[in-house]
Amino acid sequence: MIYADNAATTAMCDEAIAAMIPYCKQIFGNPSSLHTVGQVAKEALNDARERIAKLLGCEPTEVYFTSGGSEADNQAILSAAARGAKTGKKHIISTAFEHHAVLHTLKKLEKQGFEVTLLDVHESGLVTAQEVADAIREDTCLVTIMYANNEIGTIQPIAEIGAVCKARKVPFHTDAVQAVGHLKIDVRRENIDMLSLSAHKFHGPKGIGVLYARKGFPLVNVIEGGAQERGKRAGTENIPAIMGMAAAMEKACVNLEKNAAYVSKLRDKLIDGLLTIPHTVLNGAREPRLPGNVNVCFEGIEGEGILLLLDAKGICASSGSACTSGSLDPSHVLLAIGRPHEIAHGSLRLSISEETTEADVDAIIQATKETVATLRSMSPVWRDLQEGKRQYVIQ
Amino acid sequence: MLYSEKVMDHFMHPRNVGTIENADGVGEVGNAKCGDIMKIYLKIEDGIVADVKFETFGCGSAIASSSMATELIKGQPLSEVLKLTNKAVAEALDGLPAHKLHCSVLAEEAIQAAVKDYYDKNHIPYDEDTFRVPSHGEEA
Repeated sequence: MIYADNAATTAMCDEAIAAMIPYCKQIFGNPSSLHTVGQVAKEALNDARERIAKLLGCEPTEVYFTSGGSEADNQAILSAAARGAKTGKKHIISTAFEHHAVLHTLKKLEKQGFEVTLLDVHESGLVTAQEVADAIREDTCLVTIMYANNEIGTIQPIAEIGAVCKARKVPFHTDAVQAVGHLKIDVRRENIDMLSLSAHKFHGPKGIGVLYARKGFPLVNVIEGGAQERGKRAGTENIPAIMGMAAAMEKACVNLEKNAAYVSKLRDKLIDGLLTIPHTVLNGAREPRLPGNVNVCFEGIEGEGILLLLDAKGICASSGSACTSGSLDPSHVLLAIGRPHEIAHGSLRLSISEETTEADVDAIIQATKETVATLRSMSPVWRDLQEGKRQYVIQ
Repeated sequence: MLYSEKVMDHFMHPRNVGTIENADGVGEVGNAKCGDIMKIYLKIEDGIVADVKFETFGCGSAIASSSMATELIKGQPLSEVLKLTNKAVAEALDGLPAHKLHCSVLAEEAIQAAVKDYYDKNHIPYDEDTFRVPSHGEEA
């Protein structure tokens, strides 16, 4: 099997698994308990918090453990909204291609009277700090812009946006779920007030993440019912997962530059190979792009068929077609960068990792070429394109 | 798994893919914007489907539904062909996930459109009610 869906989730690394095991049975205590097994677990929890804080460039007291990226996004946005509402500030700036954890939360706030400006991400899949600056108003209570897009991998100018937000005194949150462990991040240097991350995107366990919130930023609870996480997130801490996350994050950050160099080289080879297929386009600017992200559209075919045929050849990938999303519309990300519906249906995302080999990339290119040819051979749209009855959208 | 073995078989090894030159009836339904287009070609001899081919732009279940539908109507008299329902196509595939049932509807509609085209071309009178209005936004 060739696994090229690391943006969906990753396999856990051995270090993460090893770090979890002692906390499943031996040191299984509840950190809120006074007895030894509880207090040992609490020490481990504090240790993990310190290690993660160091990797983000923040204080341990600024790290809140959550169930993952979605919860962290929800809490960050709802907190900023609650803070804004107190002073009559009910305007939020974001982008059109955020993760649904952000977009759906913003939709909810709109129903409560908030006004949301979604910045255009252009065909490149990039916003500029100037566009953010131009959108900021007197009543803006939050700028929330993802660090790197989960579908097309484009990396936003986060430090520049952070500087703008700091100068204008507007809180800045970034959904960094796809970025942490893959890109160098320093929340202080980049003036990030809140950041969401999720462990399973960097070879850690699923169901665990972090909300970093700058000291003094008032958080509102998404989950009520206990004093955990300084009263801001109730529920007994998932110690095994937290230990696994800390181990995976350390490994990813220590090897970050080496991995990025290796993976981006393979990514470029993959992009070049796929673009030799006629009427194929890369989605999102080629740079700056996550080291492992490749996303293309093939004209005249639909994405689910591509995935099924690739899966039959042992290749795991993803698509933004409507058929794979379970909704009628194709990916909102591809629509946001201006791809028409019929083109967005024919998308393929391949997200590779440091475990991917050059031979894997060669195999993916070959299998994709065959797959696209097979599906085009039975597509009436492709026939019409070839016979000139329909105009190519992708040249 | 998302799909039955039968759906996967018909997707991986679709029957009757292609076109028929000088087909007696051609039906195309769906649109690319929605992500699926189905095109059926019929060769009719003595009121019987002597040959049938399909081309489909769409997901796995759309391709499998087209393939199965062509198998079900090949060799059948048109009176029987017109009785083919989307339910029969889905059942022959051992079922489709709920959000994929529209693929079997598309197959039924494409076949009806092809038969209607055959009737129209040959000035064969028919009851308009025989052909339902395509629900999938056949280009007006």
